[in-house]
Amino acid sequence: MVIGGGISGIQAALDIANSGYEVVLVERLPSIGGHMAQLSETFPTLDCSQCILTPRTVEVGHHEKIKLVTYSEVEEVRSQGDDLRVKVRRKPAYVDWERCTGCGLCQEKCPWRVTSDFERGIGERKVIYTLSPQAVPNKPVIDREHCVYFQKGGKCGACAKFCPVEAIDFQQKEEIWEEQVGAIVVATGYDLYPMERLSEYDGGHHPDVIDSLQFERLLSASGPTAGEIRRPSDGAVPKEVVFVQCAGSRDPERGVAYCSQICCMYTAKQALLYKHKVHEGQAYVFYIDIRAGGKGYEEFVQRAMEEERVLYLRGKVSKIFPQNSKVMVWGADTLSGKRVEIAADLVILATAILPSQGAWDLKEKLGIKIDESGFYEEAHPQVRPIESGVPGIYLAGAGQGPKDIPEAVAQGSAAAAKVLALFASEV
Amino acid sequence: MRIRLSIRETRGEFVKRVEEISGQEILACNQCGKCSAGCPAAMAMDLLPSQVIRLVQLGLEEALTSETIWLCASCLTCLSRCPKGVDLPRIMEALRQLVLRKEGDRLELSALPVDFLSEAPQLAIVAGSRKYLS
Amino acid sequence: MRHLYFPGCTLSTKAKGFAASGEASARALGIDLVELSQWNCCGATFPLAMDNLLALVAPTRILLNAQKEGDHLVALCSICYHVLKRTNRLLREEADKREKINLFIEEEYRGEVRVFHLLGLLRDEIGFETLSQRVQKRFQGLKVAPYYGCLLLRPFQEIGLDDPEEPRILDDFLASLGCEVVEFSHKTECCGSYLTMNSSEVTRELSHAILRSALASGAQAVVTSCPLCQFNLDYRQGEMAAHYPGFAQIPVLYFTQLLGIALGIESDTFGLADHHVDPRPLLREV
Repeated sequence: MVIGGGISGIQAALDIANSGYEVVLVERLPSIGGHMAQLSETFPTLDCSQCILTPRTVEVGHHEKIKLVTYSEVEEVRSQGDDLRVKVRRKPAYVDWERCTGCGLCQEKCPWRVTSDFERGIGERKVIYTLSPQAVPNKPVIDREHCVYFQKGGKCGACAKFCPVEAIDFQQKEEIWEEQVGAIVVATGYDLYPMERLSEYDGGHHPDVIDSLQFERLLSASGPTAGEIRRPSDGAVPKEVVFVQCAGSRDPERGVAYCSQICCMYTAKQALLYKHKVHEGQAYVFYIDIRAGGKGYEEFVQRAMEEERVLYLRGKVSKIFPQNSKVMVWGADTLSGKRVEIAADLVILATAILPSQGAWDLKEKLGIKIDESGFYEEAHPQVRPIESGVPGIYLAGAGQGPKDIPEAVAQGSAAAAKVLALFASEV
Repeated sequence: MRIRLSIRETRGEFVKRVEEISGQEILACNQCGKCSAGCPAAMAMDLLPSQVIRLVQLGLEEALTSETIWLCASCLTCLSRCPKGVDLPRIMEALRQLVLRKEGDRLELSALPVDFLSEAPQLAIVAGSRKYLS
Repeated sequence: MRHLYFPGCTLSTKAKGFAASGEASARALGIDLVELSQWNCCGATFPLAMDNLLALVAPTRILLNAQKEGDHLVALCSICYHVLKRTNRLLREEADKREKINLFIEEEYRGEVRVFHLLGLLRDEIGFETLSQRVQKRFQGLKVAPYYGCLLLRPFQEIGLDDPEEPRILDDFLASLGCEVVEFSHKTECCGSYLTMNSSEVTRELSHAILRSALASGAQAVVTSCPLCQFNLDYRQGEMAAHYPGFAQIPVLYFTQLLGIALGIESDTFGLADHHVDPRPLLREV
């Protein structure tokens, strides 16, 4: 079983399945892809994230050895001999996915729009929805909390009226069943540090102070602005954009003590992509240190500086607040020894990576450990980074520690190798 | 001029005294610059607050001749935002104390305009005396 | 309810109106502020040098006197509150320093007294909702800028009154009096504090930035709980006007002055005539 359908879990599932073993892939959301599905382009090659991800999600969806179980969470885990018995709970989608053809008519006809979590609150979705047009599986779920049928006693029902295959099932109940597996790969990924907790950075109040995933949605061709850079408050094209690195990271006093590892690179990428889209615009990046230690990474950052003329300012921002139609950023440039202020049109906070919310819960169920930062603790940080310490349970992806896509993929494959080695030893 | 650094400076008496009086680990500061970015009085300072700390980290006593230490109002903005919890106001106080204890008063109360003194609240005079008199 | 009260030096002299308005308002709300029978100056700064324990003796004596008459102490002045609260915490939590200070004062004090600011009592004991119901004259349409300054809020770990970046207490208090509370960027920026003694231009600049921000937000008055902020923001406006042509002056009030008026108390003793920028025309207007 692989828990978590982000890129790391997908990689682990595919490697195990392609070696001939059955895989159950459990994902909390209605479809797989994880955060990578939200990204625009990826550093350092600027490959379109969706384009390199989709072949993998589709392969998972079609793979005869992979049982894809989305909209589901692990309820309970018991060991039985060499096996693990896992109770899985599937939330009611109120759509019979066996019948549903994924035609999308229900979403088109649903008259109700709400704020979309997938769009990080800066875009909308229908009340019956899939995460994206490329969703795997491409089957919708009904958001009961906002559905008029559920909340106003049977009114509306537009989706049911228009569904050509009568797949809408308002009576659907949650399902709980048990899977018997030989190993588990835990790949539950990350969340971002909430902007509300960065009170000196306007605490998430101002619409034009956004986090890095929100900016990915603005950059993304499938995002709410179809890839045009328009700031949330008034839809204007921002002429001066400020990126603030280490927003919550490297802040043992009030944030997290660790470095989130990926922000230096994605900030350089975001600044560069901004310049690609708004040629006459100016991007500023406030940083403490630039950590660009991967293959082709340093060259990429230099390219953002030299070719795209992104202005890097060495100093941590102290305060962000609205001023007229702008957002004022108070920072320092410690290299020149000057205090600086920038009246920005848009501010992007590179908020810290946090282990995903369910990690704490899951740790209890699996009996694995969590370190002081909340990430899954490996059996040995140097020589056993994939093992959880519990036999048959392995770690992959950002749930074990902040990491970028190549590392998450590599660890997914490594976890798969561990599973295969375990199975080979048991035969 | 090149500044010669050696163990005499970096582990010297000056750093030790500043750490003692301030109660702070001077090397806990990673020079992120957030204190300087938010310091309300920085506009009048000759060195940014983070630069003053840097001089102390290097063991350079020229930190004591910076105007900055006298322009710190102990408003605690830097402390409340410092990612490392470094109490910079205490470091500034330590530097002021080192000067005051050696060189005496920085303020002559009798030289202040009478109309100002007659208007100023007692706590301004008491606080000013605490900060500027040895 | 009886509350021991420490007025401090400035409220007994230059800011009598702050004291009078605070005491009368508290009484009207059932808070009986009883002045400590013996007190001295708190020192007006919390000593930051670790080797200067002597400066902690003065605030310790105040707290010790309070303990002889009750179990808690209320201050109105932000600075007194700050010094007493921090000193008290230190005496409670740092045993080695406590022992030395107790040797100085030749008595035993262990930080048991609880220290309050009147704003905290209004919020936590009376409640702003109840306060709002007690208001007789609502300041309908009066736009005010709540200015917190520094020492009422920072350091949060030791003071703990409200969020140091996005405080609400003064905002909510003023709203309960019917004021229109403006959002402004400089509500926790420093006015210059004691720099006023040695660097008047810097103080003028810092105070001017605060007032400019308040004025830009449409405020008609700035409200504070600190006599040093009040002085810097009010007294220095003459210099600001000379330095910045077109600078519009703005009254700087103590929160208790507005409270007293809102509760329908006669404001003769509130010291409104002592301000450099006279708030009376504005208050008459509303």
